[in-house]
Amino acid sequence: MTKSPILIVEDLTKSFGSGEHEVRVLKGIDLAITRGEVVALLGPSGSGKSTLLNIIGTLMRASGGRHEMLGVDLSAASDAERTRFRSTRLGFVFQFHHLLLDLSALENVMMPAAAAAGRETHSMRERAKDLLAAVGLADRIDYRPAALSGGQRQRVAVARALINRPALVLADEPTGNLDRESSDRVMDLLLRINADTQTSFLISTHDEQIARRCHRRVNILDGKMFEGRAQR
Amino acid sequence: MPLYALKLAIRHLLAHRGQTSLLVAGVALGVSVFVFISALIGGLAELLTARTVGSIPHIVLEAAERRPQSSWGGDGAQIVRQKDLGRRDQIPVWEPLIEVIERTPNVTAVSPQIAGGAFIERGEAVKPVSVVGVMPDKLSAIADIAGAIVSGSGDLPPDGILVGSRLADDLDLRVGQVLRIASDRGRSRSLRVQGIFTLGIGSADRQTAYINFTAARALFDLPTGVTRIEVKVSPATGADGIAARLQRSTGLDAIPWTRENSQLFEGLDAQARTGLIIKTFALVTIVVGIASAMLLSIARRQAEIGIMRAMGASKALVVTIYLIEGTLLGVAGGLMGASLAWLALLPFPPVDEAQVGALPIDRAQGDFLLAILLTSLAAMLASLLPARRAARIDPVDAIGT
Repeated sequence: MTKSPILIVEDLTKSFGSGEHEVRVLKGIDLAITRGEVVALLGPSGSGKSTLLNIIGTLMRASGGRHEMLGVDLSAASDAERTRFRSTRLGFVFQFHHLLLDLSALENVMMPAAAAAGRETHSMRERAKDLLAAVGLADRIDYRPAALSGGQRQRVAVARALINRPALVLADEPTGNLDRESSDRVMDLLLRINADTQTSFLISTHDEQIARRCHRRVNILDGKMFEGRAQR
Repeated sequence: MPLYALKLAIRHLLAHRGQTSLLVAGVALGVSVFVFISALIGGLAELLTARTVGSIPHIVLEAAERRPQSSWGGDGAQIVRQKDLGRRDQIPVWEPLIEVIERTPNVTAVSPQIAGGAFIERGEAVKPVSVVGVMPDKLSAIADIAGAIVSGSGDLPPDGILVGSRLADDLDLRVGQVLRIASDRGRSRSLRVQGIFTLGIGSADRQTAYINFTAARALFDLPTGVTRIEVKVSPATGADGIAARLQRSTGLDAIPWTRENSQLFEGLDAQARTGLIIKTFALVTIVVGIASAMLLSIARRQAEIGIMRAMGASKALVVTIYLIEGTLLGVAGGLMGASLAWLALLPFPPVDEAQVGALPIDRAQGDFLLAILLTSLAAMLASLLPARRAARIDPVDAIGT
């Protein structure tokens, strides 16, 4: 039986500027991701990968097209609704860890949940500990980001992306800033989480080895999307 | 939301201790200036008012002036009644009025007096003096004459006289000596110097003499009435209203001290306004300092704010964090500044114990609580604009995805 998609993007467009200065970055993107799917998003720099991730992550609005997730029409939702949706249904992992430097690893992991709830709770703390243990950092929960290595910080960022049990994690070059060994460990981690929790992943990457480990790959070229290997 | 916002605000302030300490110290300095100026201006006003009204009557009641009057008679003729100079200015029936005045709220002392001009003769020297005839038990009701005695005593028998120290110097008078005094009514008599006083007011010390009420009747040829009734009220600043009330209830002219001392009022008012301007500048400095520091902080923390927004933090949470941060800076600076000012004011004695030349500072008028409250409020307002700017930060721009 075919799984129904959790994310549907149809004929999605995005332009910056207007008139003579208009730049069309996305020119009709179609993409559907089902539950438990790990999709690699490939494309050269400037092809629109980050813009697409930002739109899917509700950080940016599309100029046109359909953007729906878990039955919610996100293109029509208000800013407050999109913020609420982002805090509960989506997870983010960036190329740079973007952890809050004043908070410990544990507090960083709890942050999205605490920001949504307005306070830190015991259950949040326990889940954050479990997640840090799952990413191999059980002994680093009180460390500040400055005291962690690059790979460890990125693993904290992965744990943070999962705190709200998101349906989809958007990872923008999650290993782009790591050495090969650390990259492989982070990728192992993402795939293990995917297998354990059926969380879907959309991973933007330049790395062919990373893309090969995903269930499916899509390419963006000149603002258009191609399934499988890109053909110029 | 406030709990988590409070935690993040405190965490940020503690994580940047150097910057936070500098900011709090800046706010504290502003608050210290605010409190110090309040205490100084308040103390100065209190001292000037006390010095000015301490030895003078707050209200003087005199016989209503008989002004020239005109009215229209029959056949269009205008009748003019000239000022009646045929009778002496006096309050002929005064005893019932004393009771009325004493019963008036806020009146603290009443002294009926027979006053007039006279000359003191001693050898070939003749000095004009203003003679005040008072009841012995009312001697210090208006000015603390008994407390100002520097030689002799404050007793005032019918043949006694108290003279100011400068007058005593001019005439080489000593306690126990007898002098001759002649009034502007052509009467004269001999009196013995009972005491010499120094009020610290030039005109009083050089030109005023106090004699017994009974002696004054004879000296000024006034067998029944009094020339004026002097009144003290509390607070002295309420004299205008009480004077109006006494004028209605007694039918006499009631002259409050403020009418004769308008320059002092103008001076105190100008001083208060100067203080207000300095305090306002102190507050503005606090607001500008906090607002600029917060704006700088936000510029530096753009990525952090962007990350929080990307992770689902609402705009309201971001605004709350910055409002709390600003308010905490204000509260901490306010408390520290008020404490510093309190310590700095400790060496200064209270106004009533201040020696000549000392700064007349009144700690009670330091507006400590007001300073803390205003600073906290100002700090919160100062952080409003930066907080709103922080909330508008676009996460995509901030984190550069």
